[in-house]
Amino acid sequence: MTTLTYREAIRVALSTALDADPRVLLMGEDVGRYGGAYAVSKGLLERFGPERIRDTPLAESGFLGAGIGAALGGLRPIVEIMTVNFSLLALDQVVNNAATLRHMSGGQLSVPLVVRMATGGGRQLAAQHSHSLEGWYAHVPGIKVLAPATVQDAHDLLLAALADPDPVFLFEHQLLYPTEGELDEARGPARIGEALVRREGHDVSLITYGGSLGKALAAASELAAAGISAEVIDLRTLRPLDTDTVCASVTRTHRAVIIDEGWKTGSFSAEVAALLAERAFYELDAPIARVCSAEVPIPYAKHLEEAALPRVPAIVSATLELFGRG
Amino acid sequence: MPSLGSDMTAGRLVLWRVTPGQTVKRGDIIAEVDTDKGVIEVEVFVSGRVERLLVGEGATVPVGTALAVISEDTPPRADPGPPPPSPPAVTEPAAAPSGSLHTPEAAAPIRQRISPSARRLARELGVDPGRVSGTGPGGAITRDDVTRAAAAKSPPAPVDAPMRMRQAIARAMSRSNREIPHYYVTHRISFDAARDFLERTNAERPPGERLVAGALLIRAVALALHDFPELNARWEDDAVVVNPSIHVGMAISLRGGGLVIPAVADADRLSLDQVMSRLRDVVERARRGQLRSSELAQGTITVTSLGERGVESVAGVIYPPQTALVGFGTPAVRPWVVDGQVVAKPVLSMTLAGDHRASDGHRGASFLARLEKLLSEPSRL
Repeated sequence: MTTLTYREAIRVALSTALDADPRVLLMGEDVGRYGGAYAVSKGLLERFGPERIRDTPLAESGFLGAGIGAALGGLRPIVEIMTVNFSLLALDQVVNNAATLRHMSGGQLSVPLVVRMATGGGRQLAAQHSHSLEGWYAHVPGIKVLAPATVQDAHDLLLAALADPDPVFLFEHQLLYPTEGELDEARGPARIGEALVRREGHDVSLITYGGSLGKALAAASELAAAGISAEVIDLRTLRPLDTDTVCASVTRTHRAVIIDEGWKTGSFSAEVAALLAERAFYELDAPIARVCSAEVPIPYAKHLEEAALPRVPAIVSATLELFGRG
Repeated sequence: MPSLGSDMTAGRLVLWRVTPGQTVKRGDIIAEVDTDKGVIEVEVFVSGRVERLLVGEGATVPVGTALAVISEDTPPRADPGPPPPSPPAVTEPAAAPSGSLHTPEAAAPIRQRISPSARRLARELGVDPGRVSGTGPGGAITRDDVTRAAAAKSPPAPVDAPMRMRQAIARAMSRSNREIPHYYVTHRISFDAARDFLERTNAERPPGERLVAGALLIRAVALALHDFPELNARWEDDAVVVNPSIHVGMAISLRGGGLVIPAVADADRLSLDQVMSRLRDVVERARRGQLRSSELAQGTITVTSLGERGVESVAGVIYPPQTALVGFGTPAVRPWVVDGQVVAKPVLSMTLAGDHRASDGHRGASFLARLEKLLSEPSRL
């Protein structure tokens, strides 16, 4: 058990994979000489050489397509995209190729591709580098969508992604990279499709993932002081969603608040809310509440950016409203 | 809350005999319920695991209220399963539009605000949501509000047990005479074959295993019903609904007053000795107040015998929703004509009270003739 940062935990998993399997390679913008836009791959070029740690041009569609080709050809490519906003340039490769080839080849082809990218706001990177679009990816059948929220999950879910025979997308919230936590390297790959109860409670379920987990846990502590016992569910995988864990939690608590940094309209939070309406309707003792980003391009100005993103006080007050204490 | 008689409307849960997590099998006693008939043991009708107890000890709830959740013997699943059907929406008639088209909200009928979970809980606890005030968002009624309302429901005015039983009998018998057009047919038969059979059989048996006439009568009634299904039936929705099994209820008067009618289940399929041992068992437990719910609720016909009291005959009142009751008088020695000679014989008077909607006097008379035949050959019972 060692204490390290989220970015270091990803680096440990990358190194382990590069060491263990000669088919594994990492490519993307600035992953080599610069060490990665978020310094995740620092030192890997020196250690594994330019054949396996490859800097690419600023051409997302091109290098993601190359990753799909490499995966079809038998390699285990890991493609890093600088932020989710830039990944939209490669969306055609994702939706029309990576997600479809197994289906369209009648199972003859598989695309064991891993794509990592930063998501979320909070660092004053403005409207083209700060959005949370993982919910869009979760819409697409044929790929898996993971959102590690802890140091341990950053490591274990990446290993799980590498072990998966189909395309897996990891969304790393940019505020998480410097956070510290404990890592037990020996745990091995996590299970894709498994949500976890991060804090047990019996009055309300705070359902979230990725960069919002810390806020939900902080809100749960504040709610405890107000006499409300909040359970915190970390979804960890957006597709396939662990519907059983979500419904079981709400069956215990009878109330749900969904915290999602995406915009509310047509968001992943809407998917979870619909799930509860479909499968846990008769368990609900209050309307489903959602705390999401304001429906604006994420602002650059610090105070405006803070106001636009889900905040702990907003989670607390949305929860109190469910108890008629708004 | 099981119905332990057609006129039972509510029962008080006295004691849970199980705890959540416990495994139960069909027929186990899971609770004790205080009813108009005294404290009754409640059996479970499925095998499985007790998930939750929904009604606390001491609570009085209406018949039909779910007492506990039991998962059947299947692997546990996290899926809460298909939701129960939602209750019909209660809407008040909308006020006629009064011309002010711009204030639709003010004019719209207000549907009561209650969470889906609270609505379901209210139904389970027998709480009328209309009498609950909500503390949730926008004044909505929450689970807590329903639970509080259920706890605050004032218990019914205390009535002592014998009086409650008297009231229950009153309700059942009033309903019977109000709704069931009774007809009566009486048949007097020679009881000597049966008496001889009993004397012969009992001479060889220790006192604890001896047969009483009641067992013979129950057995004979059960067998006779095979050819008269309309007497082992209910009148429902303008039709005779025949009961698939024959459970003979035996009216037993209690020392403290009142009566109960526990049933000997499947009396047509039991041997005479088995009927006797069931009869002995239910009579003893009836006197001790330890009858089980199923025994009280399951009778499909009733037999009453006031033989011990020396009465000539009993023309009884049918116990709803049954369609027949057979009353036996005292087998007493009377003059009886055999081959033109008057001889002294034990004579039994049998009176059938029949529901005239379900059967006619001719059928009732044929039934009694069949009974006579069966009782004249008691060794075949």
